[in-house]
Amino acid sequence: MRDTICFILNGKTVEVQNPDPTLTLLNWLRRERALTGSKEGCAEGDCGACTVVIGDPDATPTWQALNACIAFLPTLDGKTVITVEGVAKDGALHPVQRALVEHHGSQCGFCTPGFVMSLYAHYRNNGAVDEETLNDVLAGNLCRCTGYSPIIRAAKAMYDYPKIDEIALARSAKQDTLALTMTDPLTGTKKKYFAPQSLEELAALYGDYPDATILAGGTDVGLWVTKRHAVLETLIDIGRVASFAKISQDKNGLTIWAGASYAAAHTALGDLHPTLGEMVRRIGSTQIRNAGTIGGNIANGSPIGDMPPPLIALGAELTLRKGETTRRMALEDYFIAYGQQDRRPGEFVESIFVPAMDPATRFAVYKVSKRFDQDISALCGAFFVRLQDGNVTEARLAFGGMAAIPARAKTAEAALIGKTWSEVNIRAAMSALAKDFTPLSDMRASAEYRLQTAQNLLWKFYLGEDAPYLAREVNRG
Amino acid sequence: MVKFQGVPHDSAHKHVTGEAIYVDDLPCPPGLLHLQPGLSKRAHAKITKLDLSAVRAAPGVVCVLTAKDIPGTNDVSPTGTNDDPVFAMDEVVYAGQAIFAVAATSLAAARHAATLAIIEYEDLPVILTIPDARAAKADLEPEQLMFMGSTEDALRFAPHVITGNLRVGGQDHFYLESQAAQCIPGEDGDMTLTSSTQHPSEAQHLIAHLLNKKIHDVRLVVRRMGGGFGGKETQAALIAAMTALASYKTGRPARLVLDRDDDMVMTGKRHDFEIDYKVGFDDRGQLSGIFLDLASRCGCSMDLSAAINDRAMFHADNAYFLNNADITSRRFRTNTVSNTAFRGFGGPQGMIAIERVMDAIALHLGKDPLEVRKVNLYNKMGRDFTPYGQRVMDNVAPQIIEDLEARADYAARRKAVRVFNDSHSYVRRGIALTPVKFGISFTTTFLNQAGALVHIYTDGSVHLNHGGTEMGQGLNTKIAQIVAEEFQIDFGKVKITATDTDKVPNTSATAASSGTDLNGMAAQRAAQTIKIRLVDFAARDAVCNAKDVVFENGHVRAGTKDWTFEALVKAAYMARISLSGAGFYATPDIHYDREKHTGTPFYYYAYGAALSEVEVDLLTGESRILRVDIVHDVGKSLNPALDIGQIEGGFVQGAGWLTSEELVFDDQGVLRTHAPSTYKIPACADRPPVFNVTLYEDGENTKDTIHKSKAVGEPPLMLAISVFSAITDAVASVGDYKTLPDLHAPATPEAILRAVTALQEGAKK
Repeated sequence: MRDTICFILNGKTVEVQNPDPTLTLLNWLRRERALTGSKEGCAEGDCGACTVVIGDPDATPTWQALNACIAFLPTLDGKTVITVEGVAKDGALHPVQRALVEHHGSQCGFCTPGFVMSLYAHYRNNGAVDEETLNDVLAGNLCRCTGYSPIIRAAKAMYDYPKIDEIALARSAKQDTLALTMTDPLTGTKKKYFAPQSLEELAALYGDYPDATILAGGTDVGLWVTKRHAVLETLIDIGRVASFAKISQDKNGLTIWAGASYAAAHTALGDLHPTLGEMVRRIGSTQIRNAGTIGGNIANGSPIGDMPPPLIALGAELTLRKGETTRRMALEDYFIAYGQQDRRPGEFVESIFVPAMDPATRFAVYKVSKRFDQDISALCGAFFVRLQDGNVTEARLAFGGMAAIPARAKTAEAALIGKTWSEVNIRAAMSALAKDFTPLSDMRASAEYRLQTAQNLLWKFYLGEDAPYLAREVNRG
Repeated sequence: MVKFQGVPHDSAHKHVTGEAIYVDDLPCPPGLLHLQPGLSKRAHAKITKLDLSAVRAAPGVVCVLTAKDIPGTNDVSPTGTNDDPVFAMDEVVYAGQAIFAVAATSLAAARHAATLAIIEYEDLPVILTIPDARAAKADLEPEQLMFMGSTEDALRFAPHVITGNLRVGGQDHFYLESQAAQCIPGEDGDMTLTSSTQHPSEAQHLIAHLLNKKIHDVRLVVRRMGGGFGGKETQAALIAAMTALASYKTGRPARLVLDRDDDMVMTGKRHDFEIDYKVGFDDRGQLSGIFLDLASRCGCSMDLSAAINDRAMFHADNAYFLNNADITSRRFRTNTVSNTAFRGFGGPQGMIAIERVMDAIALHLGKDPLEVRKVNLYNKMGRDFTPYGQRVMDNVAPQIIEDLEARADYAARRKAVRVFNDSHSYVRRGIALTPVKFGISFTTTFLNQAGALVHIYTDGSVHLNHGGTEMGQGLNTKIAQIVAEEFQIDFGKVKITATDTDKVPNTSATAASSGTDLNGMAAQRAAQTIKIRLVDFAARDAVCNAKDVVFENGHVRAGTKDWTFEALVKAAYMARISLSGAGFYATPDIHYDREKHTGTPFYYYAYGAALSEVEVDLLTGESRILRVDIVHDVGKSLNPALDIGQIEGGFVQGAGWLTSEELVFDDQGVLRTHAPSTYKIPACADRPPVFNVTLYEDGENTKDTIHKSKAVGEPPLMLAISVFSAITDAVASVGDYKTLPDLHAPATPEAILRAVTALQEGAKK
């Protein structure tokens, strides 16, 4: 056990003894290290002005953009961290920086360091520079001045500039378990932070501290601190449990361990179905998907989490663990009511199993939000049917944003099962949806819109439209 | 030479390395206090209890500020209306209004302490929406009327008369750098502030009043803002005032950088509007006359609402001759945050009103909307005067539209859209070409003045200062180009320095797109005052006429003599010639009678046009921009790269206003969209995937502006109205192009689906 975190910052090893476990990387950089290039634009991981790059030889991709504003400092332990101050070398601008200057990619400049870092990670991963890829790389960086076009022009040109020396990938030597304690000066709360290295260690720790907050990517927990000013007593960071981030596949289906990030699971989920891949692409942004986990999206029980509806529709099962004991349930049964899940004290989400599809099944997932990229769903509809001789033998219609929990539309499903897969029966199922849900009106959409669109999504599914989004190509003049 | 070149932004290198310094990046001075305001949770209420004892007792707290701590005037209203208190006294008038502020030794301590306040309220009746305010007759100022001709008569004889309405939502500025200021107290009670403000002089004046000081006791410095867009014209003063008050009370430096959520609930936004029209026209769609009623939600105080709503009236003609017009304007007081300046300053709301009317006429007559727009354009045949009596002398809208139509292949693409729509069940496309004519000048005439200061040091290096502020638009770059051009020296020899009320006093806000027009002219004159002395000196030294002294490529030649610029400067210094000059500029030829709403408020107009093509999903209401083509007139460009940057950026910002950016207040008046997680400005993929921006080739200002350029800050935003019209066109396909869709802005998926459903149900009936 050690009480000092250690990582490589812009090529130099730094050690911090017993930091406040919920001190964000951004605040530490700006206030403790006077590295003010990384900016705070929102403190909730939405604007990207704070973006830094993490190098991790075990991760795919190796170089990952990260929102420093919601990353707790101890989670960086062992990693290579590069900030905007570490990109240029001896006064020579990095190709990404030169490209942005020469293509007029900055106006007010406040978002620019974040764009530099997102592109820098992409550059170091030798990423492609077609527009669709770049849109995705930069979906988590908001710019209010340029309208993005000059930034894209710069990104397309970044490989055209001469290379400069770059900070090497390194790993700090210290690998034993981290255990931090400190007393919060404002509230007197004694804060603890543990970073177990194995699943057994994690299970044992959580047994000792069943009230602890389990920290994975921190894309939700981070906001508890930066926005709600929550004081978290005990944090158990699962990020160092390598076996917990596994993804495995066999003929029966896909098993995603709870620590696997969206980024890590993206390809496997996309292989299940293209609309699922596109759905994952639209969750958060590159920065968020590098950090956030599928397990966390389920465990936190949000009614608007985007993963539960498609996973429920696919018939996914959840494995919970307490100590050495595991318990398996249908994913939909995990969600009991708003803010309430079937998770017992000391129990944590271990893995999710998604059964394989076969040729007799049809599936699609659709997400509807005010903005295509990096938005939270107004609603999400996921549909799975099994057809035999033109009849529906199995149906799971799962929705997010329609109820206090991610939920199936049982009445609509009943209207389909045993019936022919036909327009008249689909219309009946669409009507039945009104009996399944009484959605809320909020800032994302009204109840009426949610219901009507849920019905229309089912229609779209019937039409067999796998591409839920509008065409992207037009006569390029 | 540097003139007319696309020189990169002067700070671009610092932007990409993170070296550019914003307020919160300043090194912390010893004893720095961090501030956190405590905000009202109620939209309208009496404060019955304010117990701040736990706040005062919290760790790290040095002092707690309330209205009672203010020695002078508790007001930061920009126009002297005395209705914008720094801290609410007994009554709060919007949810988000500051009641107190904590000053503590760390930001965490200040934020923690602020949560400990005990505030009790007695709710008072609230007026939240325009219909609420209309019912309650809650006008901030009397209804305004701008008119020409006799609309009543015109409509009586018009072959066609139709009525309609349009609701247009507000918009948060979402500058990436939230409001920020720092104050450092000095001797004699002096206060030096670094503020992220577009209007340092106003903040200076307000802080002097707040602290019972003379204006010369307060100094404001602005190197740059992380975006402004109008949001830091008046709103920044509140934040600066809080830091000054903290320094006044404690004698210590104080900094306030608003948390994003606090920024969004505390500070004003673009006005939302409700528009009603009754328009008469002939078979070609040419207007006989129009009754247009513009009603806006101003929020809880006056702020700049009078001028903003005036500008909405000024732009309700856009590029069209209205023939006969009655334009009325209601400015409503509501218990919501006081709405304020935002790029376009009311102009966009007025302009979208008349563009909606054009779409309505076209659908009514079954005509191409562009044909209707064209027959209504201003032209010379007696159809060249505006409803406020200014003649349109520099009209290039017809030429720009013609140019754009050809470049972007309007006719063929419109046909292709119709073909596409015939072959798709639930995806529809729409296309629209809309013009922009935007009046340039502050309509409050006295604001059209500027000053600048230029020093040349003995090594030939030049120090430039002016009253404008840099918010990303590249103002400093353009003005340095102007000065470099004047002296015929390299751009790099001109040092750009922070805007400073100690150097150039009594400045106007950097607003109304006027930054370069005003300050560029002042800087040129400042440079010329020195240049005249240098010419005189050189002519004497070379024994030649002043007219034979030539500045060129870093050299000065006179008769047989040839100096480098540096050598001449050094020689002039040795000859005891002053190498410092001030310049001043006031826009000529403008006047306005606000009582009658007549006059010549604008020095000239800026023009442009955009063609947008969009796609709409009829099942979900989702929409996407497919392609945008723009031709825009910047006169003779001072810097094409910066000008195109303003056009692209302004367009995308305008598209956000009309599509994804939705401000949602709940029925208690609390803003529910107060962070980027809930308020959606355009992201990277929302920009037009095909985006062709062309500067109008024949552009040249007919007026004597700086190097014949035109202002470019605001006008391009309104090019995005073409996106709204294109979505209207796509949705109209549902009704076979016979009915105007009941579409309102922002055209969110929900708004679009509602319009689609109404057309589908109308068809069933």
